[in-house]
Amino acid sequence: MIALLLRDLRLAMRAGGGFGLGLAFFLIVTVMVPFAVGPETELLSRIAPGVLWIGALLACLLSLDRILALDWEDGSLDLLATAPLPLEAIVTMKSLAHWVTTGLPLVLIAPVLGVMLQLPAGAYGWLFLSLLLGTPGLSVIGTFGAALTVGLKRGGLLLSLLVLPLYVPTLIFGAEMARRGASGLSVETPMLLLAGISAASVALLPFASAAVLRINLR
Amino acid sequence: MTLSITDLTVARGGLPVLEGVSFDVPPGVALILRGPNGIGKTTLLRTVAGLQPPMKGHVTGGEDQIAYAAHADGIKPTLTVAENLRFWASVFGQDGIERAIDGFNLGALRDRPAGALSAGQKRRLGLARMLVTGRPIWIMDEPTVSLDTDHVRQFAQIVQDHLDQGGSALIATHIDLGLEGKVLNVGPFKAAPPPIDDFDGGFL
Repeated sequence: MIALLLRDLRLAMRAGGGFGLGLAFFLIVTVMVPFAVGPETELLSRIAPGVLWIGALLACLLSLDRILALDWEDGSLDLLATAPLPLEAIVTMKSLAHWVTTGLPLVLIAPVLGVMLQLPAGAYGWLFLSLLLGTPGLSVIGTFGAALTVGLKRGGLLLSLLVLPLYVPTLIFGAEMARRGASGLSVETPMLLLAGISAASVALLPFASAAVLRINLR
Repeated sequence: MTLSITDLTVARGGLPVLEGVSFDVPPGVALILRGPNGIGKTTLLRTVAGLQPPMKGHVTGGEDQIAYAAHADGIKPTLTVAENLRFWASVFGQDGIERAIDGFNLGALRDRPAGALSAGQKRRLGLARMLVTGRPIWIMDEPTVSLDTDHVRQFAQIVQDHLDQGGSALIATHIDLGLEGKVLNVGPFKAAPPPIDDFDGGFL
């Protein structure tokens, strides 16, 4: 299992691995929004938590089709399926590798990009925490979507359409948590719901992903 | 451990392609599958390897014993030859890739990214993977595609060594590997076309 994780991390870092893709997209979104909205600091700081959350979510979405499609194309997925690892472990490691290469960098850079959107001073910690709680869920849900569309050529479109509604609860509670944190309100309810969604996804979805992968490999 | 296949019917896209296939592959024996293109050799091998469920019949003796080599080699182009092999070795819980590297003359290429290899060299890397799995039953789908004649001979020798050590192999190929093994032509097992049911029949 560790070998698979290390291999995926190494592949992501090598040329063409797409490590910086999500980060660059996130950066572009947050740089462009102030230009588009105009120089109104009050408006910007009001929409900042939501914009950062949407940026992170779309950046995550951008790299989902690579989670399993590359291994499918070069035949590694067939070979991994006949290896001693259970498919549940394989998809879990794939999600984890995706989170480490996409989710975690987004979490770490979000407070920096918050400066550009005039994020209120009190909100940085809450934004960081909400992304930290939410992005593992995004990776696991995304892996499920990738498993559903693995055999399809150019499955990215279908994948996005399938995954977006599943991302909505995470987006609602994540952005709500960051927004309430920014205005100094209690964040307990959205935080618990956000953590609950991520925990349930991490616990249950690998089994669903493995099941659809088994069907898709036939 | 003997791999036995009893009365197996395999399907591709929901339609049976081969039916009533039965054979045994005891240790030390290579069974060569032959048959025209599209007859269902790959489907049969995938079913035996456990990648798809059989429509009917049983595969026994294969649990956690099989190493499968498909048409695609499963090579990551940005990893080096040695990194690719080391990954598969650790997935299968083995260590030591030297035997595989020596066996397929990959020594000079070991630090080269696999993406820079020629088709035949990639195939040798894909076959070298079988040696790092430590599994006794090898299932291979046209393993000699794009190999030169010397390496075909070398590959046959490696399979022979594997058989001598008590392993077994199930190989679909169109060429003569010079192995002492049984040959099974799957042509006679071709499934009959499914009967046209009455509802559709009225329209045809």
